[in-house]
Amino acid sequence: MTTVSEHAPNPAAGDPSRPIGFGRIQRKEDPRFVRGRGNYVDDIVLPGMLHGAILRAPVAHARLLSIDASEALAHPKVVAVITGKDLEALNLAWAPTLSADVQAVLVTDKVRFQGQEVAFVVAEDRYAARDALELINVDYEFLPPVIDARKALDDGAPVIRDDLPGRTDNHIFDWEAGDAAETDAIFASADVVVAQELVYPRVHPAPMETCGAVADYDTVDGRLTLYETTQAPHAHRTLYAMVAGIPEHKIRVVSPDIGGGFGNKVGIYPGYILAVVGSIVTGKPVKWVEDRSENLMSTSFARDYIMQGEIAATKEGRILALRTNVLADHGAFNATAQPTKNPAGFFHIFTGSYDLAAAHCKVTGVYTNKAPGGVAYACSFRVTEAVYLVERMVDILARKLEMDPAELRLKNFIKPEQFPYANKTGWVYDSGNYEPAMRLSMEMAGYDELRREQKEKRERGELMGIGISFFTETVGAGPRKHFDIVGLGMADGAELRIHPTGKAVVRISVQSQGQGHETTFAQIVAEELGIPPEDIDVVHGDTDQTPFGLGTYGSRSTPVSGGAVAMVSRKVRDKARFIAAAMLETRAEDLEWEKGRWFVKGDPSAGKTISEIALGAHGTLTLPDGVDGNLDAEVTYDPPNLTFPFGAYICVVDIDPGTGHVKVRRFIAVDDCGTRINPMIIEGQVHGGLTDGVGMALMEMISFDEDGNCLSGSFMDYLIPTAMEVPDWETGFTVTPSPHHPIGAKGIGESATVGSPPAVVNAIVDALAPYGVTHMDMPCTPARVWEAMQGRTRPPV
Amino acid sequence: MRMNGGEVTRDVEPRVLLVHYIRDVLGLTGTHWGCDTSNCGTCVVLMDGEPVKSCTVLAAMAAGHDIRTVEGLANGATLDPVQQGFMEEHGLQCGFCTPGMMLTARALLDRNPDPDDAEIRQAISGQICRCTGYATIVRSVKWAAKNPLGTDSGTGAAEPGDTPATEDVKA
Repeated sequence: MTTVSEHAPNPAAGDPSRPIGFGRIQRKEDPRFVRGRGNYVDDIVLPGMLHGAILRAPVAHARLLSIDASEALAHPKVVAVITGKDLEALNLAWAPTLSADVQAVLVTDKVRFQGQEVAFVVAEDRYAARDALELINVDYEFLPPVIDARKALDDGAPVIRDDLPGRTDNHIFDWEAGDAAETDAIFASADVVVAQELVYPRVHPAPMETCGAVADYDTVDGRLTLYETTQAPHAHRTLYAMVAGIPEHKIRVVSPDIGGGFGNKVGIYPGYILAVVGSIVTGKPVKWVEDRSENLMSTSFARDYIMQGEIAATKEGRILALRTNVLADHGAFNATAQPTKNPAGFFHIFTGSYDLAAAHCKVTGVYTNKAPGGVAYACSFRVTEAVYLVERMVDILARKLEMDPAELRLKNFIKPEQFPYANKTGWVYDSGNYEPAMRLSMEMAGYDELRREQKEKRERGELMGIGISFFTETVGAGPRKHFDIVGLGMADGAELRIHPTGKAVVRISVQSQGQGHETTFAQIVAEELGIPPEDIDVVHGDTDQTPFGLGTYGSRSTPVSGGAVAMVSRKVRDKARFIAAAMLETRAEDLEWEKGRWFVKGDPSAGKTISEIALGAHGTLTLPDGVDGNLDAEVTYDPPNLTFPFGAYICVVDIDPGTGHVKVRRFIAVDDCGTRINPMIIEGQVHGGLTDGVGMALMEMISFDEDGNCLSGSFMDYLIPTAMEVPDWETGFTVTPSPHHPIGAKGIGESATVGSPPAVVNAIVDALAPYGVTHMDMPCTPARVWEAMQGRTRPPV
Repeated sequence: MRMNGGEVTRDVEPRVLLVHYIRDVLGLTGTHWGCDTSNCGTCVVLMDGEPVKSCTVLAAMAAGHDIRTVEGLANGATLDPVQQGFMEEHGLQCGFCTPGMMLTARALLDRNPDPDDAEIRQAISGQICRCTGYATIVRSVKWAAKNPLGTDSGTGAAEPGDTPATEDVKA
């Protein structure tokens, strides 16, 4: 196995505990956060700033008859009330989504989900704005809603999107990958075929900071400054230019400190646009920050896939093929944030970590009277659903074959020598070495001992389960030729400037929501140039200050922007070589690089550090032809392929047979994200994702009643794990660098969210084996587990 | 009321929540707001030394009380050991829940200088963190318990090069 050093100290620094480059260092952003000096959107106060609030629809499906805002307008502190009619006059009532659909900014014709935006009040303070919402009178004609996706395509189902010309049903798309005929042929002749319906319920990223914006439109020079909670400031700016007709150079999008994103802050929400319109209309800055119920009820949810899975194998346990039909609930507007050519995201990585002879998936997307979204919550563009499918199906197969689930996985892994590996649905996995990761997780868990313990406990009637998940991710979209969002290729830029004294600033196009970019990207420059990370500032989240790029989601910051930063550092290093040569009065090809300096081959004492070279570049030295007087560079990095992180997770649960309460006793996570930049940050990313996974498996779900009322509109109903529900995580790692990435890094942000839910569910189903349970859907709440024990498993509603 | 050691007096509407008073009236934006239902704990401040969710306290109810926010944790340039612990042990990522978590930790350590894992988890169980998975928060509080005087260089300047509290296992 290839490994890299965890600490790559600068030989010149003399202190091996202070890595200049990759290794564990404290985060550069933390000093401001621990002092309460972060600068989040709601912390921004501008002179004369007004406050906006959104009136939302109380029902899921209703025709809008009339809006009377006169009482609200009479409120002494109300400055403006904006309705759909006002937006129609500005041609802003509808906005394009990221999935070739349109979404109502404010309702003009009918309400299509509960919580949809109906009117926008601008007032002098946030309390007055809220008060005024109560003064707006709206008349609705209630319509029957479509809530159950399974009924969305029924004959006679109400047509939700009658705004779209010619639309007579709720069908959005059919999409497939793999070879259906080849797959069916293998299924027809396989020894063993197992089928199972798997429901991945609707969940929500629910970052601690809700979404919000402060819009500041300068009516004199037509310049818009928009502070907003966005993971993709550049893409947003371009879209605002396209939608609102404000010239792009007059728009500055600032994404300040972001209190968690997890995909919730990728799309453009009506609230952002309304803050802009509010500022244009009033001529003053307008702040809009949603409350928690608004966040849970109206912003981008995740998952909501009903998957019919089938797996085929030989009786000896050789997995042959996998196929699935998926019903995807996209809500009232198709507003999923994903690459244009991938209506089901990257779901077709559902072949997982196994060498299959064939695979086929078909996904049907439908409209329902629910909030739009679908791709969010650290899902890597629906790899979560894919991993859940394959890892549950493999476990179900193991049960059928009476094989140990670890043994079955080990038997079917793609072998190291098969990489780069082309799977049956069009992916080329860059690198992988699965067995050592699996073995390490089993060793850490004490797998055989756990199985012995389980056997003993079963004899005593105690319920203990051990669940395994081995996932392969596909992240870092992507090559521009294959992946774009509304026509914008998914590349990222980086600009690096070395100041005359050798301190540096690197400007990146991706935006941190807590991932630690200010540290990680400084460490990449440090590794490449030998400048200490504390001497490197990372600028991000401001379109006026940073190069264009597509932003942070789908675990793409390190795979794409990390590549950009490594490449721009190398460009500076190459340039430094020529300047050093001039300074040393020698030829560039006679110089050799060690971290932090160029020196003369064979004479290490004759050399120039990056700092000296920077001063030389800006000094009076006569520079070689074609070398200009600075030590700066810029690049746009277009990755040649995606990266494929992987990992082996083992979950141990105990279930109270009297109540159905599941306790996650242990969770062992072995991750391979290629080259490791800052192990502390990597561990943190894994811990957070594991907590998401436990949350989804045990408690998180956005549910609706039959009328379309959202039953999970607050943290009293949408449960999120606290410190009491999760164990002390046990983490390990292997290192299999990406062969095509400049530093071999693969990305880690979403691995654990993607990989952990099936481990928890597999453990629960394993624990319930004495009750004959072979599957249960998430969330595995005590009541649902108890029902499963009584033989009454049912899909979640 | 006393706010981080200083007297402040303001006229407020009776309905103004303490969290909004702290943020919008006093401009102390280190205290955050994250839910409408007293579940998330990003708004936790210390009221007479005890953690309270400032979204469930009316500003007027805090009259005459001693309130401490994250801005009052450090002693000038020297960070509270809890603040140092969060940096040492990666107890924060996006930083949004962090002020509330640190204040709860401070109150816990004031009454129990050497808490075990279960006591720390219990103490922060009314607060949600979406980023860290809590284990590093537990480690951060333990770091503060072990280093009640902090470290000499506890000024919060990014000091690289420390030893991890728990080593990853590597193949």
